[in-house]
Amino acid sequence: MIVLLVSLLGGLGAATRFVVDGWIRSRTTGGLPVATMAINVTGSLLIGFLAGGLASGALDPDAYVVAATGFCGGYTTFSTASMETVRLAQEGAYRRALVAGLGTLLLTVLAAAAGVGVATALL
Amino acid sequence: MTARHHMNPALVAIVAAGGAVGSAARYGVSHALPAQHGLPVGTLVENLLGAFLLGALLEALLRKGPEDDRRRRLRLGLGTGVLGGFTTYSALALEVERLWSGGDVPLAVGYGLGTVVLGFVTATLGVVVGARRAAGRAAPDGGAE
Repeated sequence: MIVLLVSLLGGLGAATRFVVDGWIRSRTTGGLPVATMAINVTGSLLIGFLAGGLASGALDPDAYVVAATGFCGGYTTFSTASMETVRLAQEGAYRRALVAGLGTLLLTVLAAAAGVGVATALL
Repeated sequence: MTARHHMNPALVAIVAAGGAVGSAARYGVSHALPAQHGLPVGTLVENLLGAFLLGALLEALLRKGPEDDRRRRLRLGLGTGVLGGFTTYSALALEVERLWSGGDVPLAVGYGLGTVVLGFVTATLGVVVGARRAAGRAAPDGGAE
C-alpha cells in the first residue's frame, strides 16, 4: 500500500518538476541551471520540514514516507542536476559547472536544515 | 527553449507516469540497500546509476538528430520521468544534514561531495556510452570514433 502511494506521489512530484522547470526556463536566461537548482532547493526545504514534523511527532511515519520519499523524491532530481553540470563542463564553462555542482549541494543542505529548524520551532 | 512542452497535458502525463515508475523503483532499492555504517548506500546507488543512465539516454537521443515527437516522449518519459523520479536530491540533502547535525561531519562532507563528484563522473561515462551506442547503431561495423 505504501509503495503505491509513494509511486503516485512520486509521479505527482515529477509532473510538478516538469511544469515548474518549464515555467522557470521560460522566464530566465543565463548560464546557470537555475530551474533545476530552484527545484532541488525547494524540495530539500520541504523534506527538511517533513523530517522536523516526523521528529516532533506531528507527522506519522507512513505519511512521512509517502510525502518525503514519494513527493519530494519525485520532485527533486539528481540525474538532471549531474547532467547539466556535465554539459556546462563540455562547453568549457568550468566555473559555472563548479558553481552549479557545489552550489546546489550547499544550498540544498542549508535548505534541509532550515526546513528542520522551522518545523521544530513551529510544531 | 521557447517550446512550451510543460503546458501540454499529454507530455505532463508521460512525465508523471515515468516518475511513478522511477519513484517505486527508488523505494524498492532503498529498502534493499539500507545504510551501512551510517552511509546511505541506497540513495548513493540510485543517484549514481540514474546519472549514468540519464547521460547515456540523453546523449544517444541527441546523436540521433533533431528531436521528433517519438524521441521527445522517450526523453520526457524515461529521462525526466523515470530517471528523474528514480534519483533524488532531497534525500541526499537531508541525509547530509542529518549526518552533520548528528556529529558525523567527515561522513556528511564525504558523502555529499562524493555523491556530487561521482555523479559528474558517472553522468560523463553515460554520455560516452550513449555516444558509442548511437555511433554503433549508425555504423554497425563500429569504430568510427
